[in-house]
Amino acid sequence: MKNVGLIASKEFRSHLTSPTAYIVTFVFLLLTGTFFSTYLTGTGYTDTSIRGFLDPGNLLLLLFAAILTMRLLAEEKKLGTWELLLTAPVRDTEIVLGKYLGSLGVLLVMLALTLYYPLLLIWFGDPDIGPIVTSYLGLILLGSSALAIGLFASSVTSNQIVAAVVAGGILFALWFVGLAIGLVPETVGDLLAYISLMGHFADFTRGIIDTRAIIYYLSITAMFLFLTVRSIETGRWS
Amino acid sequence: MIRVQNLTKYYGERLAVDDISFNVEKGEIVGLLGPNGAGKTTTMRILTGFLMPTRGDVWVAGHNMAQNSLEGRRHIGYLPEAIPLYTDVTVRSYLEFAGRIRGMDRDQVRTRIDDVVDLCHLEEYIDVLIGKLSRGFRQRVGVAQAILHQPEVMILDEPTLGIDPIQVAQTRQLIKDLGREHTILLSSHILPEVSMTCDRVVIIHEGQIVAEDRIENLSSIITGSRSIRLQVQGPADKVTARLQRIDGVRQVRYEEPDHIVECPPDQDVRPKIMDAIVRGGWILLEMEAVEMSLEDIFLELTTEEYDEDEEGLSEDEEGLSTGDSEEDEE
Repeated sequence: MKNVGLIASKEFRSHLTSPTAYIVTFVFLLLTGTFFSTYLTGTGYTDTSIRGFLDPGNLLLLLFAAILTMRLLAEEKKLGTWELLLTAPVRDTEIVLGKYLGSLGVLLVMLALTLYYPLLLIWFGDPDIGPIVTSYLGLILLGSSALAIGLFASSVTSNQIVAAVVAGGILFALWFVGLAIGLVPETVGDLLAYISLMGHFADFTRGIIDTRAIIYYLSITAMFLFLTVRSIETGRWS
Repeated sequence: MIRVQNLTKYYGERLAVDDISFNVEKGEIVGLLGPNGAGKTTTMRILTGFLMPTRGDVWVAGHNMAQNSLEGRRHIGYLPEAIPLYTDVTVRSYLEFAGRIRGMDRDQVRTRIDDVVDLCHLEEYIDVLIGKLSRGFRQRVGVAQAILHQPEVMILDEPTLGIDPIQVAQTRQLIKDLGREHTILLSSHILPEVSMTCDRVVIIHEGQIVAEDRIENLSSIITGSRSIRLQVQGPADKVTARLQRIDGVRQVRYEEPDHIVECPPDQDVRPKIMDAIVRGGWILLEMEAVEMSLEDIFLELTTEEYDEDEEGLSEDEEGLSTGDSEEDEE
């Protein structure tokens, strides 16, 4: 566990020294802030919810998770530090968890910075706190799944751009697969609904905590972290 | 300390290392020598646990690297061919991370950093971003991380690649100094480097070991003879013919303006040569015993599949130089 902490804090700090995390956070806040305020003015300040932030926010989160994670392993491979990590007395699982938690830290900071949207609502109005809390829970769960997918994508290549594209591909496929539900037979539709990242998110925005959704996001996270470990192992044998 | 047994590694279909075995004893400095693509890096990557072997076993400090890799890795300091540096941190924080990840605690790392910075002459650069360092200094940081945790075994892949001659000399000295307390396996495709720093050399070519011995034994082992170079004033063909009649001389070649005489290593034929030349009425200008350089050895070992000469002398080399006198066999 000590090694996980070591790698996580190294990862978190290196995010802070690289411009990427700042740019990503800046653009994320700029876009979500714009949508948040235009939505409020659009409703004439009658709907005091964070829906304006959430609707583009969830998709932006996917995009930015792909950007944040693209370098995690791909850059190590390019720099050659991959050999340092993989020949240190550290388990592959510890490397994966450390990298994952380090970037989860950045994501949490980014989400924490958006907390001023609900704080503004509380200050000036009387919003329904329940859906706001569950929405944030949903964002964190969605974000952690997206990071795991991004980490996996980063483990299959030494090219950051390729990693980002692979991650984006998987993420958007899992997101938009929900749109196809109506077009296919019901049994297939149920399956699509279950694997869709989008389908499980909606409940959270309505203030509903569905354990199936929580389990779904946690399973996606665990599955892609596991695949990342396997991908590293495969690299040792190839 | 290091044991490699019947190690074989395929990358897909391509055979990179073909059934090699060798040992490195405690306190030895052994050079792994071979041209690019010979399988040196692959062998080292398997020794350090970065890669798994296709077949065969390797042990480092008593640990089988396939079954007990984590324990084995604790005893290894590794400098990969591509120096593993994070460019966005300072030398100090890089070394701190490198030490901690190898299981050292914070205080241990701090004191050791002072030691290795001193050893590797990095004092002035300790707080500089690695990205701003020149290749030579990056190499030193690479060496520093490999010795930081005082590993029993050091595996250095091309430790002097791409640095300037003065730094090369410093690095070699450092390796020699480290060799007093540590077991070192280093790889190189530069022969003088190995002959200057190593006790023993393992020569590999196309994934196979072609020779393995102490440096000083290698030249006589390979040819089973030593060479004497002569410069004689006189008709070259007559001199050659006369020299060949001397008891104990195996072969004489003429490489203008020199005659090269091959003789068994345990026999000194120089007085007889002198005598023969004087009796022939010629003048001896120079005479010199030639140790085979590692370059010659290497050329020979790696080209031997192309020539079947039992004397072990490279025919094509002779052919290039003169082409006249080598048909004369004893």
